[in-house]
Amino acid sequence: MDLLRFITCGSVDDGKSTLIGRLLYDSDSVSLDVLAAIENRPAVHGAIDLALLTDGLRAEREQGITIDVAHKYFTTPRRKFIITDAPGHVQYTRNMVTGASNADLAIVLVDARLGVIEQTRRHTLVAALLGIRQFVLAVNKMDLVGNDEAVFDAIVAEYTTVTRQLDVADVVAIPLSALHGDNVVRRSHKLAWYAGPSLLEHLEQIDVTEDVSADEPRFQVQYVIRPQQVDLPDYRGYAGRIQSGVYRKGDKVRVLPSGLETEIEALEVGQQEVDTAVAPQGVIIRLRDNVDVSRGDSIIVASSKPHVTRAFEATLCWMDERTLEPGQKFLLQHHTALVKASVSALLSKTNVETLLRSAAESAHLNDIVRVRIKTAVPLVADAYQKNRATGAFILLDEQTGATLAAGMIDATE
Amino acid sequence: MSSIPSLDYLDRLEAEAIHILREVAGQFERPSLLFSGGKDSIVLVHLAKKAFRPGRFPFPLVHIDTGHNFPEVLEFRDQLAAELGEKLIVRSVEATIKKQKLRDGTGKFPSRNPLQTYTLLEVIEEFAFDACIGGARRDEEKARAKERIFSIRDEFGQWDPKRQRPELWNIYNGRIQRGENVRVFPISNWTELDVWRYIQRESIALPNIYFGHSRTCVVLPSGQLLGLSEHLTLDDDDEIVERQVRFRTVGDSTCTAAVESDAVTIDDIIADLLLAKVSERGATRLDDNISEAGMEDRKRNGYF
Repeated sequence: MDLLRFITCGSVDDGKSTLIGRLLYDSDSVSLDVLAAIENRPAVHGAIDLALLTDGLRAEREQGITIDVAHKYFTTPRRKFIITDAPGHVQYTRNMVTGASNADLAIVLVDARLGVIEQTRRHTLVAALLGIRQFVLAVNKMDLVGNDEAVFDAIVAEYTTVTRQLDVADVVAIPLSALHGDNVVRRSHKLAWYAGPSLLEHLEQIDVTEDVSADEPRFQVQYVIRPQQVDLPDYRGYAGRIQSGVYRKGDKVRVLPSGLETEIEALEVGQQEVDTAVAPQGVIIRLRDNVDVSRGDSIIVASSKPHVTRAFEATLCWMDERTLEPGQKFLLQHHTALVKASVSALLSKTNVETLLRSAAESAHLNDIVRVRIKTAVPLVADAYQKNRATGAFILLDEQTGATLAAGMIDATE
Repeated sequence: MSSIPSLDYLDRLEAEAIHILREVAGQFERPSLLFSGGKDSIVLVHLAKKAFRPGRFPFPLVHIDTGHNFPEVLEFRDQLAAELGEKLIVRSVEATIKKQKLRDGTGKFPSRNPLQTYTLLEVIEEFAFDACIGGARRDEEKARAKERIFSIRDEFGQWDPKRQRPELWNIYNGRIQRGENVRVFPISNWTELDVWRYIQRESIALPNIYFGHSRTCVVLPSGQLLGLSEHLTLDDDDEIVERQVRFRTVGDSTCTAAVESDAVTIDDIIADLLLAKVSERGATRLDDNISEAGMEDRKRNGYF
């Protein structure tokens, strides 16, 4: 059985929470007591309000909107699903960025009566920017447009112009009604002109296997294990997660940023020595030679030659109330490496509705900007669109530790 | 050349949890692992072995003893700690009640669940813990579904759902200011079914109260069954029955109901679960039903 993580994006009244509620409800993933709790609430249109299955905070129930990212889980015989439900409103773009950062697929919801609107563009842009490659266009509320095929076709055509602009190739469009359950879990005769799979059928069928052997090998040290016990006096293991690619016992490796070369003497997974390990496994690497390695350093297979740099261009999603201006200093967390950094220049800002870029002198909450970054210590920097693991970083406030921005490396200098 | 391992969903959940545990070790000075003796914290201990052996755990196990624990669970706890050779810190709610002059749980089923928060905050202060690892899962409850994996608490232990840091990718930001601490939930993305399937795959030992056994129970007005213990005050007309039961969660014995079950093996339990239509907390917790925001309120006040 495998695992699929997906995000649902939609505007305030697209029925996103209802869709998730419907997926859980119709796949028998909602338990009786949870149903009883929501059935105690006033009904909408005589049906139980499935949106109540996802809105977890009191303020969300009071206002009837989703504020924060929520996680929901369900399992079918084929697959475990992790749903990230992110709010759709523009003031919560940072929450959507957060949700998309951990998803492999995006369901973009539109209201069949409204079609593609500005928010649809923004959601698709953010999901594509965060490296999601598989999209589902869920055209909801088909019942309110008489289940009309022509309406659906027009929306699909319009959406295609958006995805083309963003170089998103893999889009499957599905007409549905979350409120009535049409084409969500089961196909509906009301939409008989549609020959494709229901939403759940599609989510169960799509290929999630990735060929990790094609990826550049990357590993970063999280923690050094030194038992210093009588029976293991010299044991020194570098614990971390393989970020991408494959590692093998005997591989020639280079420690970065120091550049020292050695060889993998042993590879351990869960207290056992193995010959091969792959992303995203947690491993312990033991090295042939006693070289200086600490948390934040990378151990890279010597045949792979990543950029090790103190300056690069990146796209930031700015997530804080204060204004970003050139010259400001931060802490940059690149997984286990924590270094001082500055934003040396703002290059451009992306208009999330028109998808066009323009010059920028500052950035505000929810802005998406291209910047130049300098770091105090060199980083192993891959472009995000090539490597979602090592191309990502966050910026922190040095004093409070607050997370200020999500960053994606665009190009190294 | 050796073949490339293919990973299933349990391998991926395991890798995620090990990564989180090692981030705690790498980022904090004085972490701890909150150990209840329940299956989720036992799974955490198993994951910690995978993350840190052959080294020692970089944190002690901390148990908040309510004084209402199942004796089987305490026995299991001591045995596990001895086998591991790791440090176990036990602090009792009883002592906190005396020291802070708190009112003990009263009534027919006196719950000490809310009182645990006081002891937890005391032990955090006593050892200056900057991170506490817990076994909470997001599928348990609606408020938990919105909590981060690294969840920052102020010096009063309070969770503020509106001021949570965005948690991007698998980059965990544990940088905090003096007085703050972080609760860390490595198995946030696991469901009850995932936990059981993992216990099955890894052959992890559990306290025997998780498996079907005969027990003397009180029948509650709701129909739920509560194991008979010295902490309950019975009325003359209470219905006392002998039933084949097991526990789905292991909390305070005064507020953790048993479910009727013949499941004696892990396979039986998984089969039971696939059929079960009542969620874990709903089936067995007497304290979450109080209000729709029960858990959100308790977390805001420093609860696990």
